[in-house]
Amino acid sequence: METNISFKLKVWRQANAHAEGRFETYEMHDIPTDTSFLEMMDILNEQLIEKGEEPVTFDHDCREGICGMCSLYVNGHPHGPATGATTCQLYMRRFHDGDTITVEPWRSAAFPVIKDLMVNRNAFDQIQQAGGYVSFQTGGAQDANAIPISKDAADEAMDSATCIGCGACVAACKNGSAMLFLSAKVSQFALLPQGRAEAKRRVKAMLAKMDELGFGNCTNTGACAAECPKNIKLSNIARLNREFICAKCSD
Amino acid sequence: MWLTNSSVGRKVVMSVTGLFLVLFVTFHALMNAVAVISFDAYDKICEFLGANWYAVLGTLILAGGFAIHIIFAFILTFQNRKARGNNRYAVNARPKNVEWASQNMLVLGLIVCCFLILHLVQFWAKMQLPELMDRPHLGGYAALQATFSLVWVLPVYLIGFAALWFHISHGFWSAFQTLGTANDKWINRWQCISKWWASIVFILFAVEACYFTWFFAL
Repeated sequence: METNISFKLKVWRQANAHAEGRFETYEMHDIPTDTSFLEMMDILNEQLIEKGEEPVTFDHDCREGICGMCSLYVNGHPHGPATGATTCQLYMRRFHDGDTITVEPWRSAAFPVIKDLMVNRNAFDQIQQAGGYVSFQTGGAQDANAIPISKDAADEAMDSATCIGCGACVAACKNGSAMLFLSAKVSQFALLPQGRAEAKRRVKAMLAKMDELGFGNCTNTGACAAECPKNIKLSNIARLNREFICAKCSD
Repeated sequence: MWLTNSSVGRKVVMSVTGLFLVLFVTFHALMNAVAVISFDAYDKICEFLGANWYAVLGTLILAGGFAIHIIFAFILTFQNRKARGNNRYAVNARPKNVEWASQNMLVLGLIVCCFLILHLVQFWAKMQLPELMDRPHLGGYAALQATFSLVWVLPVYLIGFAALWFHISHGFWSAFQTLGTANDKWINRWQCISKWWASIVFILFAVEACYFTWFFAL
């Protein structure tokens, strides 16, 4: 049932990457609980623009949980208190009248703030470019049944491929590690015969790129998997470790 | 060298040395149990492990294991804090399924380390060290008596054992995860084995310390 709630919004404001940031508090009145979190942010921005103030900058695009652009750290959780959902899939019915809602950007050395709540996640693109793809092995087309793939492997690879690269794993990790993201990107290929041909080169190149970009070392706290909006599993990290150790040992 | 240059390599070093130390504390707990059964037998074991070449070699390997584990712990923590960035979150919520121990391994390790130093002063410095220097040294029974006749030793040891429980309960399964020997089924199994192993080691040590305190101090 739709009701209206009023609450305080504590938002991180930072003019640019080099400026000192600070929290700014805004009073929000009579917001319908059926409003999505990002719509609520839009309402705030309209109010700010009407008052002649600078609107809050935040990333968003598809608003249906598949593009991986939205990235708010709400009340101590990446993508807010809902599980298995992105910020754009978060609704104000999760909050109560009189609440104080704290909104922060992803905080990680590898994801520097561009402005306010928007961070630069180009590091993920660089990791992908280092090997997160399959090169075409041209030649005669194989018969459709020539490469049997078990249902388990197909499902597992598909689950890994649902990673939208939003960076919530890095935001949630106390070590700023990108291992869950990397493990999903490595697993989606490692599990399939098409990906095996380049498996060793891929895992070594992508991991080296991740280390180079200043992400932390994984300590298996599991916060990444617990906060992932796509429920990417921790077992992917074990697979990544296995792939990497085997690749290095066979050098 | 990938064991030092890559994040996974550094974690492999932590895992292997960690598992080695888990094995060591397990043997230590079992060896102590001998003293509960018979002090004569315990004295024999201490004599056997005295300053013989194999015992010295074992001690050196063990000390090396500790040193590498501790040095890498500091390197990893330093790198991780740097990766986290300068700005901390204003609101932090620990998600469900995230063990408290997993986020406090360095602190727990430091408590274990302090306990280890105290323990070395109380035993090793009175047993193997003077024997190596051809000075008079204590046997197993005498060292136990000298230590556990003091009542404050028990609570301090129990704090050390508790920190060790938390440290192993995460470290044990974490090592297998890092070595890549886990999947959806085995993560849960390793976590379960981890808790059991840590608990058995803790109970053994605690019961032994309580028994020695009762025997020598009360």
